[in-house]
Amino acid sequence: MIATPNAPGTVANPWRSHTAIIDSIHQEIESVATYRLRLADPSVADRYRFQAGQFNMLYLPGCGESAISHSGPPSADGNHMVHTIRFVGRVTEAISKLRVGDRLGVRGPFGTAWPIEKCKGQDVIIIAGGIGMAPLRAALYGLMEDRSRFGRIVLLYGTRSPELLLYAGELESWTKHRIEIQVTVDRATESWQGAVGVVPLLLDRLSGLRPDNTQVLMCGPEVMMHYCALSALKRNLRKESIWLSIERNMQCAVGLCGHCQLGPVFVCRQGPVFRYDSIENLLKVRDF
Amino acid sequence: MDRDAESSYFLERSRLQDLLDELVHRRYELLGPRLDQEAIVYDRIDRVEDLPCGWTDEQRPGHYRLKRRDDEALFGYVVGPHSWKKYLFPPLVNVMTSRKDSDGWTMQDEPIASSRMALIGVRACELAAIAIQDRVFMSDIYVDPIYAARRKDLFLVAVNCTQAASTCFCTSMGTGPRCSAGFDLALTELPSGFVLEVGSPNGQNVLNALGLHLASEAQCQSAESHRQVAVTQITKKVETSGIRDKLLSRLEHPRWESVAERCLSCANCTLVCPTCFCSSVDEVTDLTNDEIHRQRRWDSCFNFDFSHISGGPIRNQTRSRYRQWLTHKLASWIDQFGTSGCVGCGRCITWCPVGIDLTEEIAAICSDTDPS
Repeated sequence: MIATPNAPGTVANPWRSHTAIIDSIHQEIESVATYRLRLADPSVADRYRFQAGQFNMLYLPGCGESAISHSGPPSADGNHMVHTIRFVGRVTEAISKLRVGDRLGVRGPFGTAWPIEKCKGQDVIIIAGGIGMAPLRAALYGLMEDRSRFGRIVLLYGTRSPELLLYAGELESWTKHRIEIQVTVDRATESWQGAVGVVPLLLDRLSGLRPDNTQVLMCGPEVMMHYCALSALKRNLRKESIWLSIERNMQCAVGLCGHCQLGPVFVCRQGPVFRYDSIENLLKVRDF
Repeated sequence: MDRDAESSYFLERSRLQDLLDELVHRRYELLGPRLDQEAIVYDRIDRVEDLPCGWTDEQRPGHYRLKRRDDEALFGYVVGPHSWKKYLFPPLVNVMTSRKDSDGWTMQDEPIASSRMALIGVRACELAAIAIQDRVFMSDIYVDPIYAARRKDLFLVAVNCTQAASTCFCTSMGTGPRCSAGFDLALTELPSGFVLEVGSPNGQNVLNALGLHLASEAQCQSAESHRQVAVTQITKKVETSGIRDKLLSRLEHPRWESVAERCLSCANCTLVCPTCFCSSVDEVTDLTNDEIHRQRRWDSCFNFDFSHISGGPIRNQTRSRYRQWLTHKLASWIDQFGTSGCVGCGRCITWCPVGIDLTEEIAAICSDTDPS
């Protein structure tokens, strides 16, 4: 499950969870917290590698599993896995009751990764909506860890309201790594000084764009990503340079259970990160 | 005919028990057709007497009845509500176990029992279905360990169909009715016995132990004419040429709405389908809550919460769920696994409580005169 060999059946039992210990919990906003986890078995922890964009299945015995993206630095091994979790369903609500030192199960990593290699030598626009910031934070860390290899990096980040802004305390440290950050909210509060409106508007008016030399990574509500893609194309960005991560019901995480299907695609195997042109038409079909 | 005569053997009807005994001797568990719940189902068998001697099935959309035959045929039926997938991909199976300990939970692989199953009476469409599920569960880097363990030592005794139901369309899907590959032994039933073909080294070993003689030219010809009856009886058709592109380019066809008005979204079609593979995992605990199993059970894309995500189900209407099932089975399956997911067995037609016939739906959606 750790390496990614290619021959059929070369991966160990995909159903097997490994015990992990919660080393820290940071409450981000109401109903969202970031957990640092350590795999209990040191040999499993040391072997564990992931790429930004991939996810784990987090497991609470008696409750069930939930697919959660990595939101921490992709250079980490299984001793320092970071997950930002929104408490929105049965499993994540049970996870919200855990404390530092408590244990849970982890299977993974699964799925495709952000194209960090392709971003080298290019400008990168990161577009996040709400909790969609979590998997993109892993990508941001990947870019910051090797900052000089990338051109301009812009983060366009939208939430419904200012108090739902994730990682607010970290944004300043990101700007020190020359990340240009623009935040917009759907509904402003009295103290809000930033932009108000939907995320695609930020992209519409982004200056200094180099369409032939830019990669776009985005994650958020599908409707947001749809309009951001339209905006990007209007700004002459190429479809092949737009990447998005989508959410579907995931249970097995290895393409065997059928829940995450989107037309010919198993989102857990061929996704969750897709190149836009590969699923553009599938996303346009209502209820598909 | 010549090929058959050179490689076909004859098993007297009175010696079928010897074949079963030989398989038991080789430590196989025998699974085959028998009467139960007013249907011919697959279950544990021990003796020839367990087989549905002199029974057949009458099938049409939403209709299945057992009927007496006017002979003593042992395999004189078509296919029933069961498929062999229940043995390879069990309806309920534990995939992992957690035990409470002082630190919380110890998580363990579920021990996977080895099994040696001999399936008796596998039809051509069912051999095709097994080959399809082989691809689903065993061709990726992630292999389902439960399926693989059960598949490894399987012995397949195929039976060529000598009659067809009105719901059969294997000829359209290129899967039958003749068993051409994927079996260890294949039988064609005649009144006096079986013309037997060998399909594998394992089958050859069993044949050698039985010490059978070559079938005569007349026996081979008789077998061929019996098999031909099934071919002739199949009238249902699906036009498979270009079916993938047609279905996937007509996702907004009005027929999806009209079939949704009839479909109960009951999931019967997916449960009887020999290739449908969707599943969910539940947490099952003992009374003391000290041992928790993750239990995989068959699920269906027709269930309302199947596609549930944080914002609600993706496919929240019967229209979108029927469309998912049919386009997956006959179109996107090809993208995923290089083969159609439909073998033409007709079970989904027979066991649909309102008698929806997918071949009619396909024809309506793919017909060139309809709007796309």
